[in-house]
Amino acid sequence: MKFPRLALSAAVAAVLGSAPAFAATDIQFWHSMEGALGERVNALAADFNKTQSDYVVKPVYKGNYGESMNAGIAAFRAGNAPDILQVFEVGTATMMNARGAVMPVQEMSEKAGKPLDPKQFIGAVAGYYSSADGKLVSMPFNSSTVVFYYNKDAYKKAGLDPDAPPKTWQELGTAAKKLKESGQECAYTTSWPSWTQLETFSAWHNVPYATKDNGFGGLDARLAVASDLHQRHLENLAAMGKDGSFMYGGRGDEPNSLFISSKCAMITGSSGLRANISKNAKFAFGTSTLPYYADVQGAPQNTIIGGASLWVFSKKSPEVYKGITEFFHFLSSPEIAARWHQETGYVPVTIAAYDMTKKSGFYDKNPGTEVGVKQLNVETTAQSRGVRLGFLPQIREIEDAEIERIVSGKTTAKEGLQTITTRGNELLERFERSVK
Amino acid sequence: MEKRVVFSHKTLPYLLLAPQLIITVVFFFLPAGQALWQSFRLEDAFGLSSEFVGLENFLALFRQSSYLDSFRVTAVFSILVATIGLAVSLLLAVMANRVLRGASLYKTMLIWPYAVAPAVVGVLWLFLFSPSVGIIAVALREIGINWNPRLDGNQAMILVLIASIWKQVSYNFLFFLAGLQSIPRSLIEAAAIDGASPARRFWSIVFPLLSPTAFFLLVVNVIYAFFDTFAVIDTTTQGGPGTSTAILVYKVYSDGFRGLDLGSSAAQSVILMFIVVCLTAVQFRYIDRKVQY
Repeated sequence: MKFPRLALSAAVAAVLGSAPAFAATDIQFWHSMEGALGERVNALAADFNKTQSDYVVKPVYKGNYGESMNAGIAAFRAGNAPDILQVFEVGTATMMNARGAVMPVQEMSEKAGKPLDPKQFIGAVAGYYSSADGKLVSMPFNSSTVVFYYNKDAYKKAGLDPDAPPKTWQELGTAAKKLKESGQECAYTTSWPSWTQLETFSAWHNVPYATKDNGFGGLDARLAVASDLHQRHLENLAAMGKDGSFMYGGRGDEPNSLFISSKCAMITGSSGLRANISKNAKFAFGTSTLPYYADVQGAPQNTIIGGASLWVFSKKSPEVYKGITEFFHFLSSPEIAARWHQETGYVPVTIAAYDMTKKSGFYDKNPGTEVGVKQLNVETTAQSRGVRLGFLPQIREIEDAEIERIVSGKTTAKEGLQTITTRGNELLERFERSVK
Repeated sequence: MEKRVVFSHKTLPYLLLAPQLIITVVFFFLPAGQALWQSFRLEDAFGLSSEFVGLENFLALFRQSSYLDSFRVTAVFSILVATIGLAVSLLLAVMANRVLRGASLYKTMLIWPYAVAPAVVGVLWLFLFSPSVGIIAVALREIGINWNPRLDGNQAMILVLIASIWKQVSYNFLFFLAGLQSIPRSLIEAAAIDGASPARRFWSIVFPLLSPTAFFLLVVNVIYAFFDTFAVIDTTTQGGPGTSTAILVYKVYSDGFRGLDLGSSAAQSVILMFIVVCLTAVQFRYIDRKVQY
């Protein structure tokens, strides 16, 4: 009896003795990256966990962007918020105005003694997630932007130069006519209509999308899309829709299949679409910058980003904040950020990662992958920094609905934009009151 | 000698009722009460600031043209789902009831769609009618119909109607068939001997005797159209194009969960609850009287 007891106490002592080694701080990280992207996130967390032993980042997939944001909010209300939550760009205003719920990442990193420098990020990326005084509120992670893709085979067939994509909307119109004449069923389509044709369109032409610097300057911002330029553009799209050179393909990324199946020869879509096209399209394709109206002063300016960023919840322990700060420094280190960019198709979020990718010859080997970064990597203006409006998901829905009505000829561009402004502003007023 | 079993225990009935009561309270009264409370407040998504605004959420809704539109869409949609659904399934039930050979095969096939989840139904019909790849869409284009439910509101409505009705027909069919089989054959035979035509026999004998079933199904179908078609709409049209298929329950979801406007979403569900209570009351009060049990 004596020996087993001794052995038992020895075992207990061994377990107790080794306990401090296991006392790493857990960091809950809720995200919306599915499939291959989810595997990349798991690999990132595993790599980070290997580099040190004090913190363990635990990534959890919580459904698509809308679902995980709802899950995060519900968890916060129940007093159970995760440490890090990935939130899509249209949720930025909601998160930013939840002052008691989020911990601004720059403030967090400063308190942890290892400040994050907003200057290391690409201008248009940092601008989107910064407060009015230029401080990072959330951590840029996966950013995409709108680029222009075209079918080179269809261009050849129509007698167009496959290496000269249209630079302006005028040129796009001419190319569309030639494509139609060559028997192409549809010349041009667009995914994410509200994001590409109104939000990005405004920034690209350096015109306001909303007052108060697109909402960066205060909650009393109101929509400014009922302008002559926006009207002209939607009238142009409607006219192209009538003669069949533009095909409306639905909301979100539904229209992508029209391009990949070579039904449409040109598309404006997310830079993240590239991987899908190169995998599934049976034709040679090119990537180029977005078309613009040549007679608009200041165009082209820069595009704005889509995708998501990482938010940190408030009321966590300093130890957790230290761990998150370490994790964010790891994510923004050039090697990791460059690898994330090259493997996923998202744009690089830091300048160092961009330079590193450039030097490695990645852009020469994969022509077109640089277009998105180039569109973003410029000095932004008050109108082109991004959009920060509350209830933006609903505003986009109103916009999609009106664009549908304009293109199908149920209303004019002028009336449609007026409806968008009136109904969007009602929502903005509600939002302003709800967060006060 | 007393033959009846008497439970003298005072608390036993309550205990036996408790599970059902608890479920009703937890899953109906509490959420409904919370929705009512929420509908009078304006609150941010995180619940950090909350303000009592009285009836403002409701007034704001009725100023919104999209909300009034949603009423019209819901009315058209539920009337069509209920009437077409009932008519088609009654026809199928009458036919299936007359089949002599392979009757159980027909019946089984007709009941099958009920086992399919609404979301799956939506995806199924979406594939068939998808403008770029769907076989029915391609066939429609062949005969010269420009099918694109992403742009044409009426076509989108037809798509969600077909999917919703297809799913519900099985359920209606089952009840109609059971109703038909419970009609005494002697009545129909007597009418036949008196020289009544099949149509006459149907309208004078079968249909009136089926009216309790039909009435029950009417209530169920309207409620189905109001609520259960959510998944079909979410998977096919997401309420679009424009707002042409955004029925009330879909708007509750999209304002609440996509838009995070809890006050407005709660006010809409309170209105929806009120409408369903009224509809059911009207149905029992007026239509019930004309039904012969």
